[in-house]
Amino acid sequence: MSPSDLTTDLLFWLFGAGAVVSGYLVFRTDSMVRAAYWLLASFAGTGALLLLLHAEFLGLVLILMMAGEMTIMAVFMVMFMMNPAGLNPMTMVHQHKVAIAAGVIAFLGLGAVGLLGEFPERPLPETTSVDSARITADLGRELLGESMLPFETAGVALLATMIGAIALASRKGRFGTADAGSAAPEPPEEERRRREHEGSDDGGHHHHGHGHDQSHEHGHGQDHDHGHGHEHGGHG
Amino acid sequence: MSLQALLVVAAALFGIGVYGALSQQSFVMIMMGLELMVNGAILAAVSLWWSSSGGSPEGQMLAVVLMAVMAVEAAMGFALVINVYRIRKAEMTEQVEELER
Repeated sequence: MSPSDLTTDLLFWLFGAGAVVSGYLVFRTDSMVRAAYWLLASFAGTGALLLLLHAEFLGLVLILMMAGEMTIMAVFMVMFMMNPAGLNPMTMVHQHKVAIAAGVIAFLGLGAVGLLGEFPERPLPETTSVDSARITADLGRELLGESMLPFETAGVALLATMIGAIALASRKGRFGTADAGSAAPEPPEEERRRREHEGSDDGGHHHHGHGHDQSHEHGHGQDHDHGHGHEHGGHG
Repeated sequence: MSLQALLVVAAALFGIGVYGALSQQSFVMIMMGLELMVNGAILAAVSLWWSSSGGSPEGQMLAVVLMAVMAVEAAMGFALVINVYRIRKAEMTEQVEELER
């Protein structure tokens, strides 16, 4: 094993363990803002691993993107959370055992695939620093050449996301608030009457037949039975 | 540094993300869990590109697409959090258990 291989191995274990441990600490710290920065640390570890794998462009893009995103996330934490600074110890979890089991199962399953699966052995050609630059240049030509369609599709999807996010987050638009239309419709007229009648015990049956024509009923009641007319007014 | 070790690290990141996304009550913490899952997926994709593609640049396209997925998820997640908070005054999942009418 050459010295450079040893250095690579050491860096791999350092960054790999760092990414996993800081990813775990995201859900173990009391402070929401610190959780955001632990997640940034986890992404930085992954980005460093990508650099070790000679995907320099992707690694740096990942780190830069996550630095911006986690700063926004920290601001969101301060805005929305009751405990952004972690002054009180707290755990905000539900279905904890199920979640632990699901996480462990996902890890074991995917880890088993990684350890036991057979993957083709076609490593990168021997890389020097000049070759690393060539890899990045090849990726750039690929992005704007052969793979332009998926690349531009991702760009258009991001544009659509921007429009959708603005539409969702804007206070009020031409068609009402952003969740307009999610309200349940009013129950139909007959249904509502039926419920009202079920609510009153006395004389409920009596009114069923004539309930739909109040004016006629009133006139009828005044003619020969005062008491009934009053009862009608009370129930109508 | 071997492909197996890299894939185990990626699986660990994904597992932690699954745990976080299922267990956390706060919407923003759930988003963090989802991002950790995508993080593991990116690491696994680039590891396989490193070990098995012979350096062809097409392999890195998958990672580029995954990063776009992550950006879309974050942007729509934040927009939804803002909207739910504005209308329901809710920042935890338990506060939106019931549909309003």
